[in-house]
Amino acid sequence: MSNGRPFRTAAALLVALGASVPVHTAMESALAANLRDTGLFESGSVERIRAANEEFTPQFPLWTDGQSKRRWLYLPAGSAVDKSDPDRWEFPRGTRAWKEFSDGGRIETRFIERLADGSWRFATYVWNSEGTEATLAPAGGLPKRGIPSRVDCLACHEGAPAPILGYSAVQLGGAIAARTPHERAAMGYLHGNCGHCHNANALEATGLFLAQSAAAPSESAGKTRASVAERAPEILRRVQSENRYVRMPPLGVAVADRHGLAPIRRWIQNDLQPHKGDIK
Amino acid sequence: MRFMLSVAAILSGALVVPDALAAPAASDPVARGKYIVSTSGCHDCHTPWVLGPKGPEPDMTRALSGHPSDVKMPAAPRPAEPWLVTIAATNTAFAGPWGVSFTANLTPDKETGLGKWTPKNFRDTIRTGRHMGRGREVLPPMPVMVYNNFDDADLEAIFAYLRSIPAVKNKVPEPLEPRAALAAK
Repeated sequence: MSNGRPFRTAAALLVALGASVPVHTAMESALAANLRDTGLFESGSVERIRAANEEFTPQFPLWTDGQSKRRWLYLPAGSAVDKSDPDRWEFPRGTRAWKEFSDGGRIETRFIERLADGSWRFATYVWNSEGTEATLAPAGGLPKRGIPSRVDCLACHEGAPAPILGYSAVQLGGAIAARTPHERAAMGYLHGNCGHCHNANALEATGLFLAQSAAAPSESAGKTRASVAERAPEILRRVQSENRYVRMPPLGVAVADRHGLAPIRRWIQNDLQPHKGDIK
Repeated sequence: MRFMLSVAAILSGALVVPDALAAPAASDPVARGKYIVSTSGCHDCHTPWVLGPKGPEPDMTRALSGHPSDVKMPAAPRPAEPWLVTIAATNTAFAGPWGVSFTANLTPDKETGLGKWTPKNFRDTIRTGRHMGRGREVLPPMPVMVYNNFDDADLEAIFAYLRSIPAVKNKVPEPLEPRAALAAK
């Protein structure tokens, strides 16, 4: 197998020229060693985003210890997302997505790419302290810095019907069949933070159904209502736990989201278990 | 002293030695799974050990049911270096630099064991080192990296056997982080 360097050089040139980015296969293309070679930025910049990359914001973002995030999606020229199944958007080969994490300065940028054979690959680029360059993290991640391994990426992103979790019908404004505003807030939070694993496809065995469906919103809301009502104390205990072996989600969170969890407590206390009084 | 004797006996293998098992055909997954479970050390940690008339032995009335919830566990003593790990006499609880881990209930009890798991949940756990492939990491001393060498058919056979054994209701305690383990002292 070749080392892929000529291919990467050609790809970088195409990006620099503003051309459509080629669709990679895993065999022909190693992951770029530097974020600037993934097609996120305009040539020569690590600030200016290429016009072809659409910035998007999910309505129920994942809590990641209070870090701020920006997200972009690239679709190859002339292609589009097949939205015929509202719960399983089909992204074209060559799709790329980035998510940048910041906390004062840029920390890391995560990268997802759909290859020519339809498979997806995942990588993380770590920013230097000056914020001038982001380089590919090792496959095993950098645990001491909270940088996930590529296997860790799969734990969340392979559990949902489509791996770009924030770019879906529900996340881009789809309605949730909630009966009250705090139920909507709670269900949305659970969808964005838990639903990618706690759904019938990935972890039916847990008996928790926390993902909302754009195709059958009433049905998914009913399942969420029932499973949260049955397991409310355990859910609240685990999402607030200081013990990382117990805390949910099990990845990417070191500090419980006290503010974000408030709607869930209100929902349980006011709607699901009003007879049980105050809850912690 | 009893603990030390138990561990020494366990490690030396000078224990109750069961009859040798013949390797069954792969066409019988349950028999194949029993063979693998019985030859790969699963009982060593997932079946609680008791002191019997012949010395420490696995309590097969609670086979593969994990750390017994009825055993009150005081905080683990911190061993002096270069000792690293403390093991309970049941051989089902382990304290080390990662905190304290308790072996899982592998029986098909629906509430406290693997009763609701699918073969895929089990395979994903061994393949990724995370519960069901997505949850928290499987903690030491579970040798996931060793069992990851089983092929998929072997893992499915193990799971088929685990589904065939008696369900034991036993809610294993949650693991403790190092700081939690220290705070318990």
